[in-house]
Amino acid sequence: MLSTFFAVLRRDLLLAWRGRADVLVTLAFFVIVVCLFPFGVGAEPNQLRAIAPGVLWVAALLACLLSLHRLFAQDYADGTLEQLLLSREPAALWVMAKVLAFWISTGLPVVAIAPGMALLLDLEQGGLPVLVLSLALGTPILALLGAVGAALTLGLRGGGMLLALLVLPLFVPVLIFGAGAVEAELSGTGAIAHLLLLGGGLAGALALAPLACAAALRISTD
Amino acid sequence: MLEVQELACLKGDRLLFRDLAFRLQAGGLLRVAGPNGVGKTSLLRLVTGLALPEAGEVRWRGHPIRREREAFHGELLYLGHAPALNDLLTPLENLRFACAAAGDGVDAQACVDALVRIGLANQLDLPARVLSQGQRRRVGLARLFLSASRPLWVLDEPFTALDVHAVADLAATLSEHCEAGGMVMLTTHQDAPFRRPPQVLDVGAFAC
Repeated sequence: MLSTFFAVLRRDLLLAWRGRADVLVTLAFFVIVVCLFPFGVGAEPNQLRAIAPGVLWVAALLACLLSLHRLFAQDYADGTLEQLLLSREPAALWVMAKVLAFWISTGLPVVAIAPGMALLLDLEQGGLPVLVLSLALGTPILALLGAVGAALTLGLRGGGMLLALLVLPLFVPVLIFGAGAVEAELSGTGAIAHLLLLGGGLAGALALAPLACAAALRISTD
Repeated sequence: MLEVQELACLKGDRLLFRDLAFRLQAGGLLRVAGPNGVGKTSLLRLVTGLALPEAGEVRWRGHPIRREREAFHGELLYLGHAPALNDLLTPLENLRFACAAAGDGVDAQACVDALVRIGLANQLDLPARVLSQGQRRRVGLARLFLSASRPLWVLDEPFTALDVHAVADLAATLSEHCEAGGMVMLTTHQDAPFRRPPQVLDVGAFAC
């Protein structure tokens, strides 16, 4: 049991390591997007401090979106996806392994460098733990929802654009509660409600997204 | 054992074939024939359960495969047109992943032996992107040596890009599998030296 799950997880992490340039591109994208804002809105520290949580969250969301289309594309093209669909384990299980490997190789690095970027925008230090926690809870939701979109748009012409149109509206609640958590912490009301909602969202996405994703993959390969 | 009844296949809005039926007994070797575009690959995908038929049913050991998917897939080996190789991994890593993902507990040494036997002894540590088409095909076919316990082999154009020697070798492997009580269903455009003449299914006869 779970042999497919661990085989997929190990292989995808190995592939992420072999293709680590892609991971660096995602990180560089995140850094550059955050750096663009001071140029656009001006380097007034109070203003930057005020928009910092939102900017960091939008940048993390876009960085995640940038690499989402790669999640199934290679396996679809080379026939690995067919082989996985023929394995004895339910597809939802190894889909979870793929999303987990994706999050470890793209979401986790973004979470790790987010505090550095927050200092760049002069976010108050008291908000940093909540920022990291909200990203750590929120980016897996982005990966899970995005995986459903990636599975649905697999093999379509212009699938990348369609994927963005499909999943960005779904990312909005995560963005609201993620950025809201940091703002609530800084304004003194406490972030616990926002974080609990993000945690609940993650639990829900973990339960439902792999099933939806598996069904979408079967349709895409039919 | 494998039984197909009144199968119809719709591709886009075109009906490829209908009322297709055949039966494959233990030890049988079935060659799916017909011109390009008649639906040979589509038929194989229907038989494996990767695609769903417009009408009709595929039955394995008397049960519809749709209802007993996991048990059926545990007894099936399908090698599609694409060899399921990732360019960043070595042939050995690709083969080990293919076996582990399928749920076969195969150790590393058995995988090395299979690759050596199929003629890739010198390519074990090269990334798959530097292999030739024939060598890529061989990596996929190496799974045959590790899947003797799966009775039903469904192979899509297994002979493509192989040299004469490898074709003879593969034909012998398939014949052995059938003699041991297995079943093989394949598409091919070339004549291969099977020990017994295969049963032929002409998809063109059921075309619409």
